[in-house]
Amino acid sequence: MSHHIVQADNLHHTYSDGTVGINDISFKITHGESVALVGANGAGKSTLLLHLNGCLMATEGEIRIGDYPLNKINLKAVRRSVGMVFQDPDDQLFMPTVFDDIAFGPINLGLPDDQVAQRVADALETVGAPHLIHRQSYRLSGGEKRAVAIATILATSPDILVLDEPTANLDPVSRRRLIKLLKTFKHTKIIATHDLDMALDVCERTIVMHKGKITADRPTQDIFSDDDLLVRSGLERPLRMQGFQMIPLKKIKCP
Amino acid sequence: MTTIENSLFDIRHMDTLASGHSRLHKIDPRAKLITTMIFICMVVSLGKYDISRMMPFVIYPLAMIIAADLPVLYLFKKILVVAPFAILVGMFNPLMDTQPLVQIGGFSISGGWISFVSILLRFGLTVSAALILICLTGFNGVCLALEKLKVPGPFVIQLLFLYRYLFVLIEEASRMIRARSLRAFDSKGLPFSVFVRLLGQLLLRTLDRAQRIHLAMCCRGFDGHIRISRPMIFGYREIRFTFSWSLFFVLARCYHLPMKIGSVIEGYFL
Repeated sequence: MSHHIVQADNLHHTYSDGTVGINDISFKITHGESVALVGANGAGKSTLLLHLNGCLMATEGEIRIGDYPLNKINLKAVRRSVGMVFQDPDDQLFMPTVFDDIAFGPINLGLPDDQVAQRVADALETVGAPHLIHRQSYRLSGGEKRAVAIATILATSPDILVLDEPTANLDPVSRRRLIKLLKTFKHTKIIATHDLDMALDVCERTIVMHKGKITADRPTQDIFSDDDLLVRSGLERPLRMQGFQMIPLKKIKCP
Repeated sequence: MTTIENSLFDIRHMDTLASGHSRLHKIDPRAKLITTMIFICMVVSLGKYDISRMMPFVIYPLAMIIAADLPVLYLFKKILVVAPFAILVGMFNPLMDTQPLVQIGGFSISGGWISFVSILLRFGLTVSAALILICLTGFNGVCLALEKLKVPGPFVIQLLFLYRYLFVLIEEASRMIRARSLRAFDSKGLPFSVFVRLLGQLLLRTLDRAQRIHLAMCCRGFDGHIRISRPMIFGYREIRFTFSWSLFFVLARCYHLPMKIGSVIEGYFL
């Protein structure tokens, strides 16, 4: 099970224009953990995610997936075990039909046609959308696109799921459905999000980022109770936890 | 802007037509593609004054439209959209070629007019055949057929992606134009300077998106080849369809069928 571990050691990334994306990032995520990555806009969440399967290479430091350091030699093996769901499903669904899209990964893994078809059916079944199999990708609704985007990754049976803003642009029902779905996954999950309530539901651990650095790495409940930390990192309590703050109404003097 | 969005719905309508269930829809895309290619080659290769020899070719689009129950008016409108190009190509023929070619009653028609009409006819036939192919097969079906027929991969990928992201691009463009028009209270139309800037912006966004798509592809093991798993059967039905229509096209191209039929009828009655 050791290949489900994600470990970053002193990771630095500077873009070619000199912008520092991430600076001295270190963490270790073990098998089956579900970790939320939160932070204000521009905190470096997406940059960090892109390092996890070699879309970006660190300028300094090292990232290890399982027992191997991520480098150009074992890039293919790493991409096999780390499945990444992008923020905009339109970027992820590039093939003409849902079937072709989900089959893209398994075909590239060299699976025979019957196994590809089975994987497509299983992945759609898992995300609760088997009826979409022959639909055209561009004709799906936002929620359907998101479900199919996740299915495209599940079909390659990754050990680690990396999701960038999975609940963005979803209606409340689709969002709730997605949260339920994410909770059923046994994979190691790393979720970058602004939806702090979702983080509270799905992730037991949260990493807070601010200006390219990690400012906290603790249990989710603990993080979201630390108002000082949240304010410093450009965040606030999840809506659900803000209610507790508002309870001491007795302090307000009523006429 | 509404025209942009309307054209989007218009393209989508073609996909809806392609998802029909007639016998022609079920024929392997390769058979329809090959037949259409032969049709277009034969029509295009006819001489510039050969209007009467083009007549038998009208049978093919008509037969397809009737058999698959395609909307004639819709197709006709689509042909009209591209008609200006054909008119532009042939509009100088009547001026350049003024030699009388045909005498009807007291009128003499010059070779230029005949060749102009022949260009329009050829254009109508070929464009309608291509549109019918898309309406019966779908753009993606045609791309798959091209891939199975061993057309170079990059070409097929370009076409597939062109079609997939056409919708995303149009939606993006229409959002930008809408955003602009909501803040351009009194100006009418889109000034050229603004248009250029919008276009530049759209290009930059497209490049960004292309980069993201490429990343998404690489994450799923893309190695420069797109492989599509889709069983296609080129069976007896497909061979019969392709062979019989192609034979007809070749005959119509090599022999003057209307004249032959005319002389047979003449010989029978006289």
